[in-house]
Amino acid sequence: MVDTVIFWVIAAITVIPAFSLIFARKAVYVAMSIVLVMVGLAAAYITLDAPFLGVVQIVVYTGAVMMLFLFVLMLVGVDRREDMKETLTGQRWIALFGAGGLGAFLIAMVARVSLPVAEEPLVGEPDVIAGVLFERYVLVMEVLGFLLITAAVGALVLTHVPRLKPRKTQLEVQRDRVRVGADPVNKVFPGVYARHNALDVPALDPQGEPIEQSVSRVLKVRNQTQEGAHFRARLDDPSRAGGSDAEHSGRGLSDPERLDPDRLDPDRPDPEGSDREEGR
Amino acid sequence: MDPINFVILACVLFAIGAAAVLVRRNAIIAFMGVELMLNAANLALVAFSRIHGQVDGQVMAFFVMVVAAAEVVVGLAIIIAVFRARQTISLDEPAELKG
Repeated sequence: MVDTVIFWVIAAITVIPAFSLIFARKAVYVAMSIVLVMVGLAAAYITLDAPFLGVVQIVVYTGAVMMLFLFVLMLVGVDRREDMKETLTGQRWIALFGAGGLGAFLIAMVARVSLPVAEEPLVGEPDVIAGVLFERYVLVMEVLGFLLITAAVGALVLTHVPRLKPRKTQLEVQRDRVRVGADPVNKVFPGVYARHNALDVPALDPQGEPIEQSVSRVLKVRNQTQEGAHFRARLDDPSRAGGSDAEHSGRGLSDPERLDPDRLDPDRPDPEGSDREEGR
Repeated sequence: MDPINFVILACVLFAIGAAAVLVRRNAIIAFMGVELMLNAANLALVAFSRIHGQVDGQVMAFFVMVVAAAEVVVGLAIIIAVFRARQTISLDEPAELKG
């Protein structure tokens, strides 16, 4: 009685998801349904006194093979639509009819057979399997080892992409840039370091003007930049115009008290930074 | 429960896998159909192993699993190579060779 219930449960969780192979639209759904089928088959193996094979089924099929399928699905694009256009007319119905006929034929043949079932079967525990595997089938086992190595090497060879052109060295990249007429050095880094050390503010040139191209193009498109003028050194005020003091220290501050060079001033632009920009 | 019922279940799964291989155009789904057919054969082997009370059938099923794993690795590598060359994994692509 319990066996009958187990059989029908296994039949349900293998046959119903298996139909997704024919009817499901998306390949990922098919892969997940086949995972369920594999788990059902593992349950069937354990019911049939093959516990080792049941565990191997879960490890190899649901764990490795189907996850490999999912990886490849991600690689080639999940949303790729399958074209439903029929190349051969009526091929789908002929195929379904043929497969159905095959299934009906097999079932009819198997149903005629009645075999005496062994009363005390050998249970496929790991040590029993290992005994048979390494005594009677040891040569097959070694050949399978060769097969696995060959398969791994074959996969490496098949997915290997040969390099069509020799790799460019850094020197060649630089020469190409100069030949095209691009700026040979890096662009100025954004940010007014003494005031706002973030990427959304353009750098200031030695005259205190913002350098627009120092800000990332992406941030500009997203309207995430700030105006450089807000952070600029206050160079345009009258005290700076003639004041050699302010020019020397790199500050243009209207407040006379704050012209003291020794005083630590959070608003002071970084003199090293402006030197660096001049150097370029 | 008579283990022969599991053989009938294996026949049903084999037919479904064969139908998937014949009907579907997506190479990966057709390949999963091949996997289902291999698993149906495995189920039949294990069921017969239970009927005879020996573990030889289980060892054969184990060998089939190993071969299937190797086959999946190479098959998926071929699918990726074809996808790189043609940007598609449809099995109907060779139809464009038709005159």
